[in-house]
Amino acid sequence: MNDVHEAVTRAHREEWARVVAALNRRFGDLDIAEEAAAEAFATAVERWPADGVPPNPGGWLTTTAHRKAIDRIRRENKRRDKHKEARMAYDDDPPEPPEPTGAIDDDRLRLVFTCCHPALATQTRVALTLRMVGGLTVPEIARAFLVQETALERRITRAKAKIKAARIPYRVPSAEDLPARVTGVLAVLYLVFNEGYLATGPGTDPVRRDLTAEAIRLTRLVRALLPDDGEVAGLLALMLLTEARRTARVSAGGELVPLGEQDRGAWDTPLIAEGHRLVRERLAAAAAGTAPGRYQILAAINAVHTSARDVRDTDWSQILALYDRLVRLDPSPVVALNRAVAVAELDGPQVALAAVDRLGDALAGYHAYHATRADLLRRLGRSEQARAAYDKAVGLAGNTAETAYLTRRRDQLR
Amino acid sequence: MQYLVSVIDDKANPGSTDQRSAISAFNERLIAEGYWVFAGGLADTDTATVVDNRGEQPVFSDGPFVESKEYLAGVWVWEAPDLDVALGLAAEASKVCDRKIEVRPFQ
Repeated sequence: MNDVHEAVTRAHREEWARVVAALNRRFGDLDIAEEAAAEAFATAVERWPADGVPPNPGGWLTTTAHRKAIDRIRRENKRRDKHKEARMAYDDDPPEPPEPTGAIDDDRLRLVFTCCHPALATQTRVALTLRMVGGLTVPEIARAFLVQETALERRITRAKAKIKAARIPYRVPSAEDLPARVTGVLAVLYLVFNEGYLATGPGTDPVRRDLTAEAIRLTRLVRALLPDDGEVAGLLALMLLTEARRTARVSAGGELVPLGEQDRGAWDTPLIAEGHRLVRERLAAAAAGTAPGRYQILAAINAVHTSARDVRDTDWSQILALYDRLVRLDPSPVVALNRAVAVAELDGPQVALAAVDRLGDALAGYHAYHATRADLLRRLGRSEQARAAYDKAVGLAGNTAETAYLTRRRDQLR
Repeated sequence: MQYLVSVIDDKANPGSTDQRSAISAFNERLIAEGYWVFAGGLADTDTATVVDNRGEQPVFSDGPFVESKEYLAGVWVWEAPDLDVALGLAAEASKVCDRKIEVRPFQ
């Protein structure tokens, strides 16, 4: 019985996207694909305990979902006679031959690009990707993002309607559009990861393991589908090296533990090894002349951190060199802020503070700006100013563990 | 699939008026590549008349049906296989017209 339950869970994790993607391809309708896939999995839950797990669960699910979809179309045809001919013609057509897509030919990849289409709002892309590719239910996604189920359901329904009505295509973008579109997909995945890693909201767990795990799983999928894309590898490495520090990052008392104070023995060694492997792979590509993108550079920075057994062994000059590359690629104030943290280690807090203060206009509403300033002022012994900066940081931080850490640091000031 | 492609201008921050020849050249290309169905620039919103004959008698009123800073300056109708093609063309159109473009599918 438990084995069957596990088989359904595993099939859901492994086959959901494939089933939805195959049905969407067949029927050209994401709504039908989603509903039929959900019904097929519900049927599996009902039948597998009695009938046993089929030898090819994925094939069984696809066939069952396919039948469910045709049942629904027939039902709708009866209800809406005027659409009958068009629908039946669709139904009886043989599947269309696959469009030429170069080396990549997987319905799931088409599904990812459709869900992350730039004509959809960012939040919609996130919700749609988690639902259609990740197989999360609407209540699960609503809980993860602290939004109302009905509002999320409406958002997804509206997106499905737009995809159909505006004919957002179901295909891998052309070679010339591919880099920009992959960037869009990675942004969605990184958003999911960060919402897990830096979960916001009072009463929320400081780290949402469900979301970080889902983001990693989906990024692994995209990596399997686009194995030659350096930024995909970079993002996966970045997530793995960040996730590896998850348990060390929050104390038993629920307080954030900054990188320098973490128990490095508690880091997840296999995840770090996998992350380092990916970074080395990208370094080799960079040596061969492929310029790394921002995720690869961020991953490399994290690789340097996770290579140091003790924080005192950290190679800060290499980290600073990587931030310099990142600034050239992305001269945003947030990157400059992170660079300043490395500057503090190499040139001292005074130099770093001057760099941070220059970002005040752009980052006044960003808690990390105030937290970084507070820490530098504390190290310089400027307690009064540090206290004021901690106050601001506490007021702006949304993560419970971070708020607890900043509050303690403030209260320790003399 | 047909798309209504609206050219949106902004009264407070109007696009350049010197786009005529670029737009003509773009139209030529739309025709040559089979996307062109219809195109037309519109006179100022002040020249619009609103007609309402839902009651007993038609009522004519002066001016656009909604006053707003942004307004419709012209339209295209394009025939395109999917939204990606339409959005690609719209990105060019926005440059050529020096204005924002809305792409909306016909039912």
